[in-house]
Amino acid sequence: MSNGAFKAFWAVLTVLAIIVAFWYAACIPMNIKGVLTEQERAGAVVQPPSAKDRRDLSEFGLVLTNSFAIPATWDQDRPRLPAPHQVAVEMWETTVQKKITSKRSLVYHAWVTLSATMLGFAIGTGLGIVLAVGIVHSRVMDLSVMPWAIVSQTIPIIALAPMIIVVLYSVGIQGIIPKAVISAYLSFFPVVVGMVKGLRSPDAMQLDLLRTYNASRAQGFWKLRLPASLPYLFTSLKIGIAASLVGAIVGELPTGAVAGLGARLLAGSYYGQTVQIWSALFAAALLAASLVGLLGLVERKVLKRMGVAQ
Amino acid sequence: MTTQGTTTVIEAKALDLTFQTNDGPIHALKDVNLTVDKGEFVSFIGPSGCGKTTFLRCVAALEAPTGGTLTVNGMTPDEARRNRAYGYVFQAAGLYPWRTIAKNIKLPLEIMGYSAAEQDERVRNVLELVDLEGFGGKFPWQLSGGMQQRASIARALAFDADILLMDEPFGALDEIVRDHLNEQLLALWARTEKTIGFVTHSIPEAVYLSTKIVVMSPRPGRITDVIDSPLPKERPLDIRDSQEFIEVAHRVREGLRAGHADE
Repeated sequence: MSNGAFKAFWAVLTVLAIIVAFWYAACIPMNIKGVLTEQERAGAVVQPPSAKDRRDLSEFGLVLTNSFAIPATWDQDRPRLPAPHQVAVEMWETTVQKKITSKRSLVYHAWVTLSATMLGFAIGTGLGIVLAVGIVHSRVMDLSVMPWAIVSQTIPIIALAPMIIVVLYSVGIQGIIPKAVISAYLSFFPVVVGMVKGLRSPDAMQLDLLRTYNASRAQGFWKLRLPASLPYLFTSLKIGIAASLVGAIVGELPTGAVAGLGARLLAGSYYGQTVQIWSALFAAALLAASLVGLLGLVERKVLKRMGVAQ
Repeated sequence: MTTQGTTTVIEAKALDLTFQTNDGPIHALKDVNLTVDKGEFVSFIGPSGCGKTTFLRCVAALEAPTGGTLTVNGMTPDEARRNRAYGYVFQAAGLYPWRTIAKNIKLPLEIMGYSAAEQDERVRNVLELVDLEGFGGKFPWQLSGGMQQRASIARALAFDADILLMDEPFGALDEIVRDHLNEQLLALWARTEKTIGFVTHSIPEAVYLSTKIVVMSPRPGRITDVIDSPLPKERPLDIRDSQEFIEVAHRVREGLRAGHADE
């Protein structure tokens, strides 16, 4: 390992350690009241002894007067804020130790969400590219489509998602499609914006050059605009795929879906299973990070092959 | 086509071009009259805003004159453009970064529908003409600025247009590279017998290269002097120390000064 990489490695590790330490520390005041109630029931002497009195005291004060209870704040069944190791154990148990087909397997739920994400991402990307090509080549489309594309993104998706599901259900469409539609709704926008910018990136001189060759519009598109837009497209795709995942999860919330990371979040909140919620959140974050990382890899390969990246 | 020097390639009569801008009209070209014969090397020199680039762009049908007549190979400039009568070299090389040098040179050939074998053949020929043999497989960023500009000249030569229009092609390069490219350009011109229109703001460059020097001045853009060079066609670099060279350069400088004195 080179010296620079070594330093970076320790820096990253230090930041991670600080976050984990902060998290553990935060668990103490967050969970202290619940822990004290449990301890009191179990027969321990807590200060003050009455739950009614404790209710109005600050969490920090309770921690100071009942420091014996601190370890228990990291070990509750249903904590307000689960400790990192509780989330890690839950994730381990619901991924590696469960069969993938099990309804309790996080891999199974992640797959359900991922398939909707990928379908939505494909639809959104396709739609985004088609719209961008239209916008760049037609002034009418530029004036009529672009404002609506922008407006579409100002509506909170959480408000719109139930409408989409209800409308699609009424025409007999359910299952993966409504989720993919919501996912596409979020992911087409960055693709449109990035692709329009990319297709317009060739400067006046490049366009003049093609004119001196008497090139057609189609030739200008395939030989100049499209290749020039690829670096922009990849940047957009990375934003788009993360948005797709958010869309798919949001799409699982209002349906009371039985499967998917969104369903896991919802079930967790119904039954106060905070550990389950946090592990589903981490699963979603890991999934998003892997998808973006994968796209980054494809980007590097493609651009290198094209000779754009050095 | 008859013998060299007797066929008119570019002819401008009372050419006028006014741009309408937000700050009012700009008279970019006023009453420009010029005849360029086949095989001539014509330089356009003058300060910025004198219309030298605008005139070249009119010849290439990249700008439309607002008055007068302009013919290229006896056609309107736009017809000439459609017939791919000229190759145009811009100030920046403008090579596609995602294409190798050979693929960049193939760009006009692909657009014009040459066969793959013909494309390879032509790429080989023009790479040799601009002294870039062996660089076809390199990407633009692997080449120096001077080499990139040579590649862009090769691209303009690839489809065998009779006219080569060059808009300050060496303006962004340092003087040593520029001297070298000027020498190469003369050799290339001698071999290909093309008609060259060359925009520059360097007096030595214009005098060294040209058979005809068009001196222009700004506001409105117009021609103040047309000098037929007495220098021989064979020009080693040290011709620039000769008495004839210095006299021509002096006349160009006088023409430029006269243009400024009018203001």
